[in-house]
Amino acid sequence: MDIGQYIDDFTSLFSQYDVLAAFRMTIALTLASAVGSLLIGTVVAIMRVSPIDSLRGAGALYVNIVRNTPLTLIIVFCSLGLFYSMGLQLADRESPTFLADQNFRLAVLGLSVYHAAFAAEALRSGINTVPKGQVEAARSIGLGFLQSMRIVVLPQAFRGAIAPLGNTLIALTKNTTVASAIGVAEAAALMKVMIEFRPDVIIAIFLLFALGFVVIVLPTGVLFTWLSRRLAVVR
Amino acid sequence: MADVDGPTAGMEPLVVLTGVNKHFGSLHVLQDIDLTVHRGEVVVVIGPSGSGKSTLCRTINRLETIDSGSITIDGVPLPDEGRALARLRADVGMVFQSFNLFAHKTVLENVTLGPVKAKGMRKAEATELATHLLERVGVADQAHKMPAQLSGGQQQRVAIARALAMRPKVILFDEPTSALDPEMINEVLDVMVALAKDGMTMVVVTHEMGFARKAANRVIFMADGRIVEEAEPETFFTAPRSERAKDFLSKILTH
Repeated sequence: MDIGQYIDDFTSLFSQYDVLAAFRMTIALTLASAVGSLLIGTVVAIMRVSPIDSLRGAGALYVNIVRNTPLTLIIVFCSLGLFYSMGLQLADRESPTFLADQNFRLAVLGLSVYHAAFAAEALRSGINTVPKGQVEAARSIGLGFLQSMRIVVLPQAFRGAIAPLGNTLIALTKNTTVASAIGVAEAAALMKVMIEFRPDVIIAIFLLFALGFVVIVLPTGVLFTWLSRRLAVVR
Repeated sequence: MADVDGPTAGMEPLVVLTGVNKHFGSLHVLQDIDLTVHRGEVVVVIGPSGSGKSTLCRTINRLETIDSGSITIDGVPLPDEGRALARLRADVGMVFQSFNLFAHKTVLENVTLGPVKAKGMRKAEATELATHLLERVGVADQAHKMPAQLSGGQQQRVAIARALAMRPKVILFDEPTSALDPEMINEVLDVMVALAKDGMTMVVVTHEMGFARKAANRVIFMADGRIVEEAEPETFFTAPRSERAKDFLSKILTH
């Protein structure tokens, strides 16, 4: 094999395909779903520690169903079930980019719902790091349950949950590849196209995408490790 | 407790427990407790560990629920849950053995939090109040530090200021000096004695006999979930009537 020729073939990929745009889409999916899953996950975590039995039960049900369902199933259901079968629209149908917008938002919905279960569990472990006395003190000065959670427990719980939340974010980043199943043009979707049309440089294509994910994920891990030390609550 | 001639005659009842029972599983931790704390009164609760004295203290602001009986604060029965309970708790201060200052808030924020969030006081007003209270307990110079940077004694004094900031009708002290190093106990007790002199209604679970003698109107002796004996401090410490109290006092006073 001629190495020089192989490198030339490989670099020609970049004029043929927009690799950076695909990774930008991966990052967009990650960020939007991270926000979504943290919001849903916070609500579910609060439900799981609430004094109301039915809310606790509903929270546990959510986590146990969603966490144990394959992500592919959830994402494909968002598209085929929610959109094609039930007609859920998350974008403007008149827009020329309707299908791209719709698929992106359905993917964000599915990824958020799925990772919310993990975020909720990470947060619940964070809540468990907050000593019981903190809640008792909060209730003793006349704060209600939600006030105690918002002002006293959750700010400490988030800091205690940074490391596991970081792990969830890393998993989420890589799990965005499932969105290619419903036609979102992110990294894995482009990789499939490239593999199909350029089998001559297949190894390099795999390495390229592996490297791309490492470049995105590695700083995430470093950042969250640093944050968890920096923001730790001193007792 | 219609104590016609006793030390509490003519005083207005503030906290009234009637026939209170509580179980932890098969353990009967509070057995038919009747207790009236009058406005301005300082009641010290002592007894061996496991006698139910901390539990008693915690039932008064419903950090522990009760199985039967009734508890009223200023004539109002303790509500079950929700807003009414939160409002009532705002009137009942609590000082814990382990301080329980909010670990992620500064000393000043610890004191202003209740007035601002539970009572809707303006921030400037709350800050003024908190600064004044921190001065009163002698930790004003620590206002902008985090709780973990303070000594135990300082933390407990901040916790007292936090309770005072709610202008409570009564303050409950659950073994406030038990987690402190010996050299810090007095700085906390001094603050408590001053509070008692100012007429604050206090229920204090403690083993500090000096405090009981100096500040208490009444001593309640508990054992095995019952109130075994109650008397003025001098009477209780010099001439306890019950065998349980004699036994307990002989164990703690010999050293």
